[in-house]
Amino acid sequence: MPLVEAPVRKKENPAKTTVQCYHCGESCDRSIADDGHFFCCDGCRFVYGLLKDNGLCNYYDLSNTPGIKARGKFASEKFAFLDTPEVIQKLLSFSDEKQSQVTFYLPQMHCASCIWLLENLHAIQPGILFSKTNFQRKEVFIAFSHSETSLRKVVELLAFIGYEPAISLSEEEAKKEKKVSRKQFYKIGVVGFCFSNIMMLSFPEYFSSGDIAEGTLKHLFIYLNLLLALPVFFYSASDFFVSAWKGLQQKWLNIDAPIALSILITFSRSVYEVLSGTGAGYFDSMSGIVLFMLAGRWFQNKTYDSFSFDRDYKSYFPLGITKVENGTEIPATISSLRKDDHIIVRHQEMIPADSVLISGEANIDYSFVSGENTPVARKRGDLIYAGAKQLGGSIELRVIKTVNQSYITQLWNNNDFFAHSKNGEKSFIHPWSRYFTAVLLAVAAAAGIYWGIADPKNVLPAITASLIVACPCSLLLSATFTFGNMLRYYGKNKLYLKNATVIESLARVNNIVFDKTGTLTYTSNAEIELLGLLSADEMAAVYSLATESAHPLSRLIKEHLLKKTAVFALPVEGFKETAGKGAEGFINGVAVKIGSCRFVTGYHDSRGGSAEVWVAVDNNVKGYFAIHNLYRDGVKEMVRKLEGSGFSLHLLSGDNSAEQEKLRAFFGKKTPMLFNQSPKDKLDYIKNLKETGTASVLMLGDGLNDAGALKQSNVGIAVSENTSQFTPASDAILDSSKVGMLNAFLSYALAGKRIVLASWIISILYNFVGLSFAVQAKLSPMVAATLMPVSSITIVSFVTVATSIAAKRRGL
Amino acid sequence: MSVIIVLVIISVIVAGSFLAAFIVSVKKGQYDDDYTPSVRMLFDDNVTENKTSN
Repeated sequence: MPLVEAPVRKKENPAKTTVQCYHCGESCDRSIADDGHFFCCDGCRFVYGLLKDNGLCNYYDLSNTPGIKARGKFASEKFAFLDTPEVIQKLLSFSDEKQSQVTFYLPQMHCASCIWLLENLHAIQPGILFSKTNFQRKEVFIAFSHSETSLRKVVELLAFIGYEPAISLSEEEAKKEKKVSRKQFYKIGVVGFCFSNIMMLSFPEYFSSGDIAEGTLKHLFIYLNLLLALPVFFYSASDFFVSAWKGLQQKWLNIDAPIALSILITFSRSVYEVLSGTGAGYFDSMSGIVLFMLAGRWFQNKTYDSFSFDRDYKSYFPLGITKVENGTEIPATISSLRKDDHIIVRHQEMIPADSVLISGEANIDYSFVSGENTPVARKRGDLIYAGAKQLGGSIELRVIKTVNQSYITQLWNNNDFFAHSKNGEKSFIHPWSRYFTAVLLAVAAAAGIYWGIADPKNVLPAITASLIVACPCSLLLSATFTFGNMLRYYGKNKLYLKNATVIESLARVNNIVFDKTGTLTYTSNAEIELLGLLSADEMAAVYSLATESAHPLSRLIKEHLLKKTAVFALPVEGFKETAGKGAEGFINGVAVKIGSCRFVTGYHDSRGGSAEVWVAVDNNVKGYFAIHNLYRDGVKEMVRKLEGSGFSLHLLSGDNSAEQEKLRAFFGKKTPMLFNQSPKDKLDYIKNLKETGTASVLMLGDGLNDAGALKQSNVGIAVSENTSQFTPASDAILDSSKVGMLNAFLSYALAGKRIVLASWIISILYNFVGLSFAVQAKLSPMVAATLMPVSSITIVSFVTVATSIAAKRRGL
Repeated sequence: MSVIIVLVIISVIVAGSFLAAFIVSVKKGQYDDDYTPSVRMLFDDNVTENKTSN
């Protein structure tokens, strides 16, 4: 048994009675303890016990409070669908008589301790043979013996220790992606090898200015160069040809077209020179360009593997559901659900299709759909929309619409949703590269005409030399390295962009649309005000009762009391929670009730507005806790700055207009504010905004209800309090703590565009020098071979330094 | 001067074997994950030792 003393490095404020949970770090009281450590709940303590029994306490030594809060026990049947052979077959990547292999995506993975624990799973469950994590992709690869354990047991273990895998049945795409990225390394490796050898073999040529005394050596070097250039041209550069060809087929001259043309001409002229014995060719410059550009692409495309930006509703929904057929419960997949099927939905499970409640106490949390986090009670016969979560006991429902025809999923069937694919937005690099190509062709033609009159034998050399030296590769390089570096700076500040083109779209934004709940306000924090008087003992009683309750408002009150006063959870007798109403129990023999106005006082709550939790002790109403939305830090500041920078702001909320007055204090008079907006309303609002002319719209939203608007906008940013959680399909994911930096993010995007333009001017200067040699038909391989790397290196270092300075200035 | 020819051929072969080694390492997945191994190498105790020690 390893020694597990309470770590002294943990900073504890002696004045406060609250401690951090040893497992998950949540602040808690000292009522649950084990081995001298305190825990916030029994779930965390159980996990600690399991790890301790298996000698895995190292988990707590590698990082402070690494655990993930256990959210109560999941229903025993939750993973029953993993016993169905078709699901097993789909998920396993390999299986033989002895073992099966599977890869899971674990969104909760976040620290070194996670890696350590997940790679030591075999110590907890003997059937697991081997496990290996990929931290950046947040994946774990598990090989297990299916005679000793099962897929379901492995998943249940993962879920128990806090790492519930996000299982999707369309994993094929992820596998494909992995292969593509390996291909990129092969290509860079091959071109790197060829480039360095070609350079080495070209040196004699440079220093003897074309006159190598020994004829055989000269021939050997030149032919070896030709041989080494073949894989560069046919293998490593193939992406440029493919992309240019695809562009031409769509009658669109993209940036790869002039590059492909340049590579093609360099290669063919060099081959001609070598075979005709007239020169050494420009293989060194050609392989150099290809190497630089491939490296640039790799740098830029190193995006966030662990995020998914293209989720549709299917990834929110459970994969398996319990169906009731002839009185027996059977596990089934979601896609097999038909109209009039009966289903069972348990605590914390999602309702997959619009259904009618048949039996059970439904307490429905619509936060996924509307962002509203107060659960509502539903009666028998009520319609419950898909996407809602059940809290409390299990309920039985009758499906009235299939999964993809339900209210929330209909958004995805809407044609508007796919009509405006964002790929249609062209990068500003492309038109510029077009001008560049046009000017270049004109210069080459002029040089050709001049030499046609002056000295016809120089016509071909002059034209080809112009095309070789004035390759637009520096244009491409400046953009790839600028955006690549900016993506890293954004990532450092917790704004994760889908790809580099999003930066250009950000630079064009002039209208910003905000969602209210969850975007401007905290989802798991609120401003709580106690209206009424409670003694210290009564506070403790309310705290104890709130600790037992599963309702989100109870959790808020519990945290509020913990922060404000020194409370300690007391045993609650006769605890009873009525879904959607409140909780009651006896503490030290005194009856305590917390809950809705109706539940506690017996009177109807006439006022709308903020949520209220009433308190009664010994049947005397003591007052209530008013719970207001709490706006994120820095929101006011950000709004003021954005208005100052001339952006038009808009606010769309799914909530009622109770907060309108408060919001007016933030936003100026001109800001349109719309309340009670359905997901479709939000989508249409953005669509209209875009159609009114020059508006380029940035949308910030969080829930599934914003998914349509996020997709419809020019840039959709999903705000998330926990970036390991699911977010709707979007162009970028922003950690909610950084919402206040929106202004800096936008101005950085503008700066990026200016940096690209500045670096283009530098590259055009280089091109002038090169062209002046080329049009005089004086371009020697030596000049080409120095000019190109020097220009590339200047540009790469310029943009790297410039983007870093721009980021520092904006506090990024 | 023929010794240069031999040297050139040797140098290309040496460089080629490095390329081959690189390709093999990519194929084995060494470039799939460039972060986790850097953390993994810091875990010194294995679980069974941990159980018996102390």
